[in-house]
Amino acid sequence: MTASRLSSGGLVDRSRPVSFTFDGKSLSGFAGDTLASALIAEDRLLVGRSFKYHRPRGVLTAGSSEPNALLTIGTGARSEPNTRATVQELYDGLVAKSQNRWPSLDFDIGAFNSLLSPFLGAGFYYKTFMWPKAFWEKVYEPFIRMAAGLGKLTMESDPDRYEKAWAHCDLLVVGGGAAGLSAALTAGRAGLRVILADEDFLLGGSLNASRAAVGGVKAPDFAANAVSELSSLANVTLMPRTTVFGWFDDMVFGAAEKVQKHVAEPSHDRPVERLWRIVAKHAILATGAIERPLVFGGNDKPGILTASAVSTYVNRFGVTPGSRVAVFTSGGTGYRTAHDLKAAGIEVAAIIDTRDAAADRAPDGVKVHYRGAVVDTMGGKRLTGIITERSGFEEKIGCDALAMSGGWSPVIHLACQRGAKPVWSAEKQVFLAPESDPRLALAGAAAGLETLGEAIADGAAKAKAVLSALGKTAATADVPEVEEQDFAGHQPVWYVGGARSKAFVDYQNDVHVKDLALAQRENYTSIELTKRYTTSGMATDQGKIANVNATGIVASMRGVDPAVVGTTTFRPFYTPVSLGVIAGTSRDEHGRPVRRSPLHGWAEKNGAVFVEAGLWYRSSYFPKGEEKTWREAAHREVMAVRKAAGLCDVSTLGKIEVFGPDAAEFLNRLYCNPMLKLPVGKARYGLMLREDAMVHDDGTVSRLAENHFFITTTTAMAGEVLSHMEFYHQAQWPELKVRFVSVSDQWAQMAIAGPKARAILSRVVDADLSDEGFPYLSARDVRLKGGLSARLFRISFSGELAYELSVPAAYGEAVADYIMECGAEHGITPYGLEALNILRIEKGFVTHAELNGTVTADDAGYGKMMGMQKPDFVGKQMATRFGLTAADRMQLVGLKPVDPKNEIRAGAHLLREGAEPSMANDQGLVTSNCISPVLGHPIALALLKSGRERMGETIIVFDRLRGDEFPAIVCPPVFIDPENERLKGEAQVSPQAKEEASR
Amino acid sequence: MASLITCPHCGSRPKEEFSIRGEVRSRPEPAAPFETWYRYVYVRDNPKGRQKEYWHHVLGCRRWLVVERDTLTHEVYGVTDAAAYRASEVKEAAE
Ligand SMILES: [Zn+2]
Repeated sequence: MTASRLSSGGLVDRSRPVSFTFDGKSLSGFAGDTLASALIAEDRLLVGRSFKYHRPRGVLTAGSSEPNALLTIGTGARSEPNTRATVQELYDGLVAKSQNRWPSLDFDIGAFNSLLSPFLGAGFYYKTFMWPKAFWEKVYEPFIRMAAGLGKLTMESDPDRYEKAWAHCDLLVVGGGAAGLSAALTAGRAGLRVILADEDFLLGGSLNASRAAVGGVKAPDFAANAVSELSSLANVTLMPRTTVFGWFDDMVFGAAEKVQKHVAEPSHDRPVERLWRIVAKHAILATGAIERPLVFGGNDKPGILTASAVSTYVNRFGVTPGSRVAVFTSGGTGYRTAHDLKAAGIEVAAIIDTRDAAADRAPDGVKVHYRGAVVDTMGGKRLTGIITERSGFEEKIGCDALAMSGGWSPVIHLACQRGAKPVWSAEKQVFLAPESDPRLALAGAAAGLETLGEAIADGAAKAKAVLSALGKTAATADVPEVEEQDFAGHQPVWYVGGARSKAFVDYQNDVHVKDLALAQRENYTSIELTKRYTTSGMATDQGKIANVNATGIVASMRGVDPAVVGTTTFRPFYTPVSLGVIAGTSRDEHGRPVRRSPLHGWAEKNGAVFVEAGLWYRSSYFPKGEEKTWREAAHREVMAVRKAAGLCDVSTLGKIEVFGPDAAEFLNRLYCNPMLKLPVGKARYGLMLREDAMVHDDGTVSRLAENHFFITTTTAMAGEVLSHMEFYHQAQWPELKVRFVSVSDQWAQMAIAGPKARAILSRVVDADLSDEGFPYLSARDVRLKGGLSARLFRISFSGELAYELSVPAAYGEAVADYIMECGAEHGITPYGLEALNILRIEKGFVTHAELNGTVTADDAGYGKMMGMQKPDFVGKQMATRFGLTAADRMQLVGLKPVDPKNEIRAGAHLLREGAEPSMANDQGLVTSNCISPVLGHPIALALLKSGRERMGETIIVFDRLRGDEFPAIVCPPVFIDPENERLKGEAQVSPQAKEEASR
Repeated sequence: MASLITCPHCGSRPKEEFSIRGEVRSRPEPAAPFETWYRYVYVRDNPKGRQKEYWHHVLGCRRWLVVERDTLTHEVYGVTDAAAYRASEVKEAAE
């Protein structure tokens, strides 16, 4: 017998056996076990291989600071790597696998790394593998990755649900041990709204592992009674299985609750984890302390545990890690564990005490070696004995487990996450949290107190202080009496001299004392640099076990006080938090909701292929018959618009209604072109600038009544433009009497374009659509035949006779269907974004491909539109500044390839003929391109330095990425119908149409 | 950055509901010298300490607010509706 379940004792429910597997082998434990305690009960101490040297490792702790026992839990999509066995609640059907071993845990080929260890010392990433450089990617990195890795992530999608919630309280107590329960009882009894959160599934903390008597009952019973009283209080919320991982501004705490991480098949009615944001008026951190290992040669063999972990396994779980256990300690903690072992009937081999002498009393018959040191350990995959040294004499002591204690480090992490630096206490030889916020207090072991009695009294006292700060008085609380043997504190020994093999400081990252020494020799003396050079404290446990020892060791090496060395920076999260719970419900369609146009159904039944544009699904093209590519379909659609008519869904445009006596003035200031005198019933192209005079967005402005405007924005900028308007209205010109509201989702909007558009719409709209009755740029409320109210705009983004018709969203599909029916005899064709894009490039109309945030109105060719005579508009002041009026600015031009077989592609750069391709020689770039179905050859829009002066010049289109390099001719950006004759459809012509549009 | 902002219209709300535009700058009069405009458009004080910022309650009442806070300690000193702030600024300038 080595490690085993004791015949009695512990808080596990022996009437409820639980079966699980470890590396495929069926094992069993009891309800109330952690995976670690169940593995120990089954004599499975070897649970993993270390990160770098693949050394055999066993369970070290009994809590969340565990660096070694990282296992993969679950199967398939639910497999979760790097789970600490010491906090994983055991459940029926749990499947656990060890990690970082190949081919098996017992026989691991990577242990070969140990032989390479001279090359794997601190800084090996920076040294060994630096040369030759080309080897890094192909040789070194794959080697390191293969050799040193944690568990593997499943590539399957997470099948479980997560959620987020807010909670509010007067007092948040973090930690449900002696101090936390006591604080919660005091505050709860006085009527405060209290939340008590603890990472464990069983509240009580170290009380559950103590043989002391509290208030006349056994410590675990005292905890259970306190929990039952707290549960009976309506103002107290108990949150077991909940780790408070961060303290944020305004007393907001982040916490992750494991709701269903202790069942094999989680119910779909509840999340598996819940992310809490807890807003607390006050908080008490009763987070306890973490016991430090002693740093001595061979301190990492399976079977070596911290003393408190041994006590916890024996007292709380009724299991022992060995049948003959030695104790190595620098203070009283080891003695307590020796007594716990003895009380459970386990043989204690010896106590090796680093102190010269101690008041602590060993159990009867147990030999104490004062001034003792363990210098090496025996055994391979399991401890078989220790070698001690005392005054030059060596002794071998046979044992199958070792309980070690280097003293305690208060858990001050949360208190230091917002920038406050820990303070070294020379008296207690620990780092304590500084006082940084009167609303946050630490209690019990977290405040550096050592005994149960002190912790309970301190919890109550800190809660009383909160009560008085909130103007309440505490009920006369009796602090219960604690009957416990006294044990002395520790005299820290940062590392044990005479080590004959590696003495590990950071178990998880395989950092040993010599690595820290090397870092000092090479002048990485700052603790932050030591950390990064050696990787000490950089593993998933974030140095909970290692950091204070590392500080102490570095201090000794440098011959300074630990206060001088200090600590590395504390940051959230306290323990690893799953990405799933941080995402919460924001995944898949909930993270990226799909927006469908009111005409989506219409597009679908016409065979649209959709494309994602932001959150929108927009119809891209409508393939027919034999058409195999988007281009075939889009070219047919373009020709239909140019020759007959097309219908396009433009509902995704941003739409904003603007009302009020100052509406015209407001818009006049927002757009760079004049809006004040826009006549009622007319639309106008509008260009919005930013204050730095770059184009912000464009759209149309329609005046439906004296004090009522309707404006459109581009699809992508709809939200941005609304915020922009709100900013100027609220923060700059609150005196303007204007109100506006987004109506983007209220209207279905469709463009009907082409020479037959009028004939078709005349069958739908109950209005005179002749050129006299509804001239170009008309914008009016109309009635459809059948009575539906609608809005009609005579605007064109294709250069053809065109209208945009808006109807209430719910009627969109029916109206579009009816227009298609009326237009069938005229050859009406649905057209999508691709055709829309070709139509606008042929006409030289810009989009955000051109208006890319570095383009001024003048660059885009709209310089004359700017109402410079207006007293003020956004962007006016900067528009004339030096640099924005320079002659060599990039200006919008058209391009045609010299050889029509060369397709000019967007993204290509422009060079002078014969110039070397370089940044200095860059002349501009191609912004949009297509093959013009009308012209039959490729065309493009581009931004070119001094472009407008360079018409007819031959320029080189250069795109090294895609291997393009060929000549093209610079031309005006309007490729077809520069006189705008087609806007009138089949009727008369006005050469001023375009200018009229912008005036 | 603060975790919670007390909107004068909506009460205490999480910062995720807001978007932040940066330092509050008074927009100069149209006739102000070019240098004044240049500073308004391009130059920011970026203080270590107290600063007034524009916050937009986009996922709430959609009002622009002036939040005065400490960039170092993250303490929030006050939150005002931007229109009220502008009005008081204009009034001060007149006096
Ligand atoms: Zn609000």
